[in-house]
Amino acid sequence: MHVVYPAVVAALLFSVGVYGVLARRNAILVLMSVELMLGAVTLNLVAFDIWLRDRLHGGQVLALFVIAIAAAEVGLGLAIALMVFRTRRTIDVDALRALHEDRQDLEERQDREDSEDRGRPR
Amino acid sequence: MTAQEVVFVLLGAVTVGAAVLVVTTRRLVHAALWLVVSFGALAGSFLVLTAEFVAWVQVLIYVGAVVVLLLFGIMLTRAPIGRSDALDSGNRWAALAVAAATAGVLVTVVVRGFKDAYVPLHAGAGTAGELGRSVFRGWVPAFELLSLLLLAALVGAIVLSRTDIANGTAGDPARREGSGG
Repeated sequence: MHVVYPAVVAALLFSVGVYGVLARRNAILVLMSVELMLGAVTLNLVAFDIWLRDRLHGGQVLALFVIAIAAAEVGLGLAIALMVFRTRRTIDVDALRALHEDRQDLEERQDREDSEDRGRPR
Repeated sequence: MTAQEVVFVLLGAVTVGAAVLVVTTRRLVHAALWLVVSFGALAGSFLVLTAEFVAWVQVLIYVGAVVVLLLFGIMLTRAPIGRSDALDSGNRWAALAVAAATAGVLVTVVVRGFKDAYVPLHAGAGTAGELGRSVFRGWVPAFELLSLLLLAALVGAIVLSRTDIANGTAGDPARREGSGG
């Protein structure tokens, strides 16, 4: 088997995951897209392990580790999503703007900082 | 094209096609079910690549555990079960451009880099016995570290999702934010 086939499938799967992470609004769908990207990584690891005939099977063992870490990640991600849902009643990632700074607030703060700078003796 | 390559390309087409449906479908539950199809086909590609053990682990953990967990998440967050048009965010076209650029760059680089690489497949390179021997000979520290990580993730998930033990330390989030919540 040519190595190009698994590598191209993995690249396409990864790009689909990138699209999902950027375009989806529901946090759980974002998590699913991350899983797709991790699946692409696993496919690459397995294919290159078979190609290079590693005696320690580093690629396949690392693929198993990636699968285990993905399971841990999805557990924690869902716990965080449930916590966000409990406090905000939504897991829409576009609606979670608590870290967003309004333009008006920003201008007021800059004005204040400017006046403080002027008042400081040099 | 050998028979193995034909089977692999078909499985790859199913994987990528189901993945596209996961990220474009308008029904949340269908996305989880298409994820099952995608990961099942991915496990089939692992079988074609003679990585049996990874394939069965993929089926057990992804199809068995992760998708069920995701379905639980969908149900618990009271997501719209039926058709819903609000699943895509406003920057869909930017996302499409970024994804197309990623795909273009990656596919070009990969095709140019591995044009001539060929691997003859022999059965038995990824059986449970082979992998078990290498995990418990060469990768013991990483394996133990991974079990610690899993334990930490388990404890973290329990702490995050229980409401009655967070009150003493961090304060009740609902009370702290006022009645707006």
